[in-house]
Amino acid sequence: MSEGTQTRLTGALLRRVDPPVAIAFGCIIAMLLLGSLYSRSFLSPEYLLQQLKVASFLGVIATGTMIVILLGQIDLSVPWVVAVGGMMSTAATGWGPVGEAMAIPFGIACGVVLGLLNGFGVAYLRIPSMIITLAVNAVAQGLMVVHTGGFSPQDSSSPAMRKLATGDFLFGLPNALLVWAVVGAGAIFLLNRTTFGRAVYGIGNRERAAYLSGIDTQRVVLVAFAIAGGLSAFGGVLLAGYASKAAQAMGDAYLLPAIAAVVLGGASILGGRGSYLGTIAGVILITLLQSILSVIQMSEAGRQITYGVVIIAMLLLYGREGRAR
Amino acid sequence: MSDWRYRLAQNRGTLLAFVFFVVMFAIYSSNHPAGFSANVVQTAANKGVLLALVAMAQTFVVITAGIDLSVGMVFVLTNCLASWIVVGTATTAALGVVGVLLTGLACGAINGLIVIYGRLQPIVATIASGAVFFGVALLLRPIPGGDVYGPLADAVTGRIFDVAPASLAALVVVVLVLWVPYRRSAIGRAAYAVGSSETAAYMSGVPVGAAKFCAYLLSGLAASLAGLFLTFVTYSGEASAANGGSYTLFSIAAVVLGGVSLFGGSGSAIGAIFGALMFRTIGDLMFVFNLDPLWQPLFQGLVLLAAVCVGSARLFQVRNRLELFP
Repeated sequence: MSEGTQTRLTGALLRRVDPPVAIAFGCIIAMLLLGSLYSRSFLSPEYLLQQLKVASFLGVIATGTMIVILLGQIDLSVPWVVAVGGMMSTAATGWGPVGEAMAIPFGIACGVVLGLLNGFGVAYLRIPSMIITLAVNAVAQGLMVVHTGGFSPQDSSSPAMRKLATGDFLFGLPNALLVWAVVGAGAIFLLNRTTFGRAVYGIGNRERAAYLSGIDTQRVVLVAFAIAGGLSAFGGVLLAGYASKAAQAMGDAYLLPAIAAVVLGGASILGGRGSYLGTIAGVILITLLQSILSVIQMSEAGRQITYGVVIIAMLLLYGREGRAR
Repeated sequence: MSDWRYRLAQNRGTLLAFVFFVVMFAIYSSNHPAGFSANVVQTAANKGVLLALVAMAQTFVVITAGIDLSVGMVFVLTNCLASWIVVGTATTAALGVVGVLLTGLACGAINGLIVIYGRLQPIVATIASGAVFFGVALLLRPIPGGDVYGPLADAVTGRIFDVAPASLAALVVVVLVLWVPYRRSAIGRAAYAVGSSETAAYMSGVPVGAAKFCAYLLSGLAASLAGLFLTFVTYSGEASAANGGSYTLFSIAAVVLGGVSLFGGSGSAIGAIFGALMFRTIGDLMFVFNLDPLWQPLFQGLVLLAAVCVGSARLFQVRNRLELFP
């Protein structure tokens, strides 16, 4: 590659990077440098790879959250869809060799079904997403309570799930990170290179205009929610593999970080604006923040306060809306 | 009165919530093994009032087309605070109550400042501020414990003349002191105007910022009343993330069941209160029918799902598909 094309490439890259994304990446670097003042190990490759591995779980879940937020909707059913993904895949593992082989797809499929329910409510029944996803979350919780209490299913994960979440690929790259890379590449392709992706951005800006331009907006919304449900459940499958078992409250800690990661990455919560690069930055930022706070042995109380203050401060930095009117 | 039809249409959500609640509670109490006794009502009331107060807190903000995802955390924070300061003699306990309510107002003020002057989206801003409130609650009560001024707690959670539950009376007082004057005041009307259309309200000279700020303040205040009441019920403080999270989510459900529009501008706190009581009764219905408690969460979820789908019946009236996309 010659010198000229390289500068042109970096120039093109610079133009495409939003200020929020740049700030988010800047904050990641600043955080690592601050952390390295405390301990040299913050800059070691092992620590960084470990963080990326932990970030992958949030990354997969946040991908679905992002697609929904781009539509201008919100998915509050993440906690129990994650749990459904984890618990159904481990349950399938207990159903003999066929179940064990199908554990991962089965877990994801259960999430897709719940996502379809969300999408149908939002797109065709015109129920505000905040309410219908809340209701679906409650139903998923009820199903899982009956499932565990009534059928006492297996809760330990299959070897394949464990390998996917904790194993290493070549050069010590964690499998989980590769999974996130594949999911992320798929999301980038879907959002930037397909009519579906264009439609998602269009609906996020104004659904009526998208409809009048000939887009079947209702079907796009339905599919987007189904994808989000599947990705949440996939996150649950990975988490169950990581912890080698599934538990009921396993998804509770993922709703708010996923939304925060997407918004910190510069996506507008009102929809129609945001890039996947920003979501990557947001996910790494949130994971790193949580990790650093726990490494310096701050109490849970201090962690929560810092976490909240940092999110508000960063949003005040670049997430403000323009003066309306 | 010739305008009864309009008034009926405007309060339809509240009336529906009231009717549904009465029907459900009638089914509940008539099937209860102990029958419609003061004891049954008192237990149900204490549980219901907690959620009703949190739902009321949510209503103030939802009317202005905002949302407060930190109500549950303010509730938990004030619960922890009350378990420290509402103790001792009658005087110190009274001062403690004032302190708890002021803390609630402060939380509301923080939310209001961030949302209005920081110009952040309420969904994200209140998620973050909720984390801060929960952190403070954990600082106050790393492990559950504490105490509360007994006579006051017994008076509020007990029964008046051994018949009516005192908590319901307290709720009525809160509505009369907080909601009714607010609804009739200029700032309350401004909140409805802002919720209907912020631009139109601004153009008509409505103090948009003040109306929103006042809504967040009152939301914090109502949430702190709920926290105080939880302390009276449990005699202790607990920084429970699960409690905070579920009360926030339940408050949204209650608001919706109570006929308050999440798009702002319509509904009332009274509707939300009946929505909350209804939501609690749904949960309790399982017990009186002797069904396995295992099925309770699923039953509650399905009823909630059915309830939110009922609103879609209006789709049958849509003549032009464009009306689907506002």
